[in-house]
Amino acid sequence: MTRDPGLQPERTRLAWRRTALALTVVTVLALRLALTGGVAGALLAALMVLLWVGALVALRGRAAGRGPGRVGTRTLPSVALAAAGLALLSVPLVLRGAW
Amino acid sequence: MPDVKRIIGTVREVIRRWFDPSEVKRVGATPDYRFSLANERTFLAWLRTGLALIAGGLAAAQFLPPLPLRHLREVIAVALLLLGTTVAIRAVDHWARTERAIRLGEELPVSRFPAVLALLVALGALLLVVAVLVKGFGVR
Repeated sequence: MTRDPGLQPERTRLAWRRTALALTVVTVLALRLALTGGVAGALLAALMVLLWVGALVALRGRAAGRGPGRVGTRTLPSVALAAAGLALLSVPLVLRGAW
Repeated sequence: MPDVKRIIGTVREVIRRWFDPSEVKRVGATPDYRFSLANERTFLAWLRTGLALIAGGLAAAQFLPPLPLRHLREVIAVALLLLGTTVAIRAVDHWARTERAIRLGEELPVSRFPAVLALLVALGALLLVVAVLVKGFGVR
């Protein structure tokens, strides 16, 4: 058992869980917007659900506490891209509502 | 067009660096794991900042009443969505460059991005304060 004054792995695990929670809130908000948008909206909603599930699958190792070295670093860009994807898929929905 | 080629090459190199886990591990020495974890938490904090901006944009689009200026609501929403996207992508780049610097024992990368983001958010808030005041005191 190595000495770890900062509880670093635990803090990191909790940070991953907070981020997963934030991503879920964003997904719910985006789905609410998409599901008022007819057939095209439903299609975008399906894509959003895919991004959300993909991100959760990617980060589940980190949220369970497996740190860098044991899990590929690909997790980080994947989760960030899922967040970016949710935002970019929402842009046409916002614009369509306005014009 | 050698310039375009070079730019495309640089972009590909940067994206490859984000996604190739072995690339990061190939350079330098494995640092104290606590440094890697701290770098990862900083990335997550930035990602949540981006997610908060995105949530703000989605909330503006859905919960704000129509504003006195035409399409102001949609402009606010799209601006927040794009700003959040930028923050999330930038977080990956900054994390990868920091990890590299830690492994090579170099200076950590410096960035103007936090200052630019703070100025943008402050400017946006000020503009909205002006909009609220103009509306409140009825400049008709």
